[in-house]
Amino acid sequence: MHAGREGPLLPILHAVQAEFACVDEAAEKAIAKALNLTRAEVHGVVSFYHDFRAEPDPRPTVQICRAEACQARGVEALMPGAEAAAGDRVRLEAVYCLGLCSAGPAARVGDTLHARLDAETLATVIEQA
Amino acid sequence: MSITVRISDDALARACGADELATAFERAGASVERVSSWGMHWLEPLVEIDGIGWGPGTPDRVAEIMAGGAEDLCIGPIAQHPFIAGQQRLTFARAGRTRPLSIDDYAATGGWSGLERARRIGPQAIIEEVTQSGLRGRGGAGFPAGTKWRTVADAPGARKYVVCNADEGDSGTFADRMLIEGDPFQLIEGMAIAALAVGADRGFVYLRSEYPDAIRKLGAALELAAQLIAPFDIELRVGAGAYVCGEETSLLNSLEGKRGEVRAKPPLPAIEGLFGCPTLVNNVLTLAAVPHIVSEGGAELYAALGTGRSRGTMPIQLAGNIRHGGLYETAFGITLRELVCDIGGGTASGQAVKAVQVGGPLGAYIHPDQFDLPFDYEAYAGADALIGHGGVVVFDDTADMGEMARFAFEFCAAESCGKCTPCRIGAVRGAEVIERIRRGERAPGPIELAPQMHNTVKTARGLREQIALLEDLCEVMRDGSLCALGGFTPYPVLSALKHWPQDFAIRALEPSDEL
Ligand SMILES: Cc1cc2nc3c(=O)[nH]c(=O)nc-3n(C[C@H](O)[C@H](O)[C@H](O)COP(=O)(O)O)c2cc1C
Ligand code: SF4
Ligand code: FES
Repeated sequence: MHAGREGPLLPILHAVQAEFACVDEAAEKAIAKALNLTRAEVHGVVSFYHDFRAEPDPRPTVQICRAEACQARGVEALMPGAEAAAGDRVRLEAVYCLGLCSAGPAARVGDTLHARLDAETLATVIEQA
Repeated sequence: MSITVRISDDALARACGADELATAFERAGASVERVSSWGMHWLEPLVEIDGIGWGPGTPDRVAEIMAGGAEDLCIGPIAQHPFIAGQQRLTFARAGRTRPLSIDDYAATGGWSGLERARRIGPQAIIEEVTQSGLRGRGGAGFPAGTKWRTVADAPGARKYVVCNADEGDSGTFADRMLIEGDPFQLIEGMAIAALAVGADRGFVYLRSEYPDAIRKLGAALELAAQLIAPFDIELRVGAGAYVCGEETSLLNSLEGKRGEVRAKPPLPAIEGLFGCPTLVNNVLTLAAVPHIVSEGGAELYAALGTGRSRGTMPIQLAGNIRHGGLYETAFGITLRELVCDIGGGTASGQAVKAVQVGGPLGAYIHPDQFDLPFDYEAYAGADALIGHGGVVVFDDTADMGEMARFAFEFCAAESCGKCTPCRIGAVRGAEVIERIRRGERAPGPIELAPQMHNTVKTARGLREQIALLEDLCEVMRDGSLCALGGFTPYPVLSALKHWPQDFAIRALEPSDEL
């Protein structure tokens, strides 16, 4: 599917990450072989980008924007409550900007975005993740 | 006949409940059209019936709105709202008015006429008009678009590429996202015109992964428009969460499937870019301005707006702690006071404005005393500030500017591509120095005391010395970094230090240490 593309590595890594929730050593080896690269080259790319993970994480992930505009709208004060709501069950991840900067604090779960969050609505988002 | 209700399907409107609201209107018997966003974000989800607006709408108010009531939410005719009427919308002329993926709506509002004319007048004339319009790159650096197009057109090479930079990583910016989600065909048309001008037959859009709605919509729009732009062909590529990949050479490496490390320039991408071929890299807003410029008389109209060497309009993004946030496209020259205090209505929290960061994470923090600064590339550069991609982030008086300066270093450290030392190491050390200043620490740390560390200072540092160290470090980063990530991080840091020194040294000031 990616064979005819120019510079196919990133689309391949995205597809693997989406399918297996990680790009592990075995996947790196297989990709390296298919693209005639060394595993080190593939690993160098995988480890450069925040979106790819070396190991799967069974927990649901909630991404919370921690960039300047959301800081200006008070996201940092929500973090202790968010961490309490997440506990060990949910993985909280920092992102730097979701493009909702006039309506932060903002969060993303899968492809669903949430804006104008306060302590209560953020806790609900995390509990329902 | 049932009432037609227009509600945006922009990601911000959806994140504020637009889908639930649309369903509620459908249940109540209305027919709902999903359109692009007007850009008045504090009113999203905005409901439009026969040109009249209500916002923000919630499902429990549906019946009232349909009956023409809900006066507390009603803003009257949307197009006459001061926030809209005060703008000069060229790039965002369709915002709020069309269905993003309707190719009929696009054609009915002048779509494709720029491309048709471009095909008639040919590459030379296109480049002349783009040059004449005074359009400069909207991605950050403000490089004259016409000059870049000419360089790519003249570069020898059988294969050339057009690459659209849609990595929009700056906090406080969302104009690329809104353009792609709201008017994707305009970007596609702009890219097709650019391809014609420089002689490219393949194009890429590099779109950040943090924008799921934009990815979906642009993918759909590219399929719908494929025949209209053929033989030119555009492929959508999704980024992978690295801020530095917005830097054009890092972006090209990423497209090639490599680590997103910055390349040394020269060679310029215009001469040796993607896969070593001449490549035109432009921001979404730069390319989306082109269909208007290349339409009949468009270049002159564009050049007639603005001030100094900043011609045309800038889609400014009002963000952060601001009452009326959203997208405000206007001619260059507008002051921050107008933007923040008048149009933006001050802070959302109602507290006083303390600082405004313009131009993303690498832009300076601007003090209210400087609010007469006109929006103009040169004026900002003269004030050690940056227009960048046009993001304006407002902070109220609860903001801790020492913390924002530390965060600037932390962000740089997290996102550094690692290629050059001032940025890779300086960012980490910078955050440490600020922490030390703020903690009021004087004594050298264990690492500095180690015998192997020949050139570290072994005695306690006064506040003044710590600050000198910070300023030194900033100078090294500014002068020694390969790209603007390391090179411009000193701007937010030093501006915060200059205007709000009390936020750095609260617990560290000593009588002997006046700043
Ligand atoms: C760290 C860094 C991040 C950047 N991020 C972006 C970005 O997200 N979008 C963008 O268009 N330009 C970005 N730029 C600027 C690009 O390098 C380049 O100047 C721009 O894409 C050229 O297009 P333009 O002339 O149309 O502005 C960034 C630059 C640096 C140094
Ligand atoms: S300044 Fe930072 S991001 Fe830019 S090339 Fe150097 S290490 Fe990479
Ligand atoms: S800064 Fe949080 S969404 Fe942009």
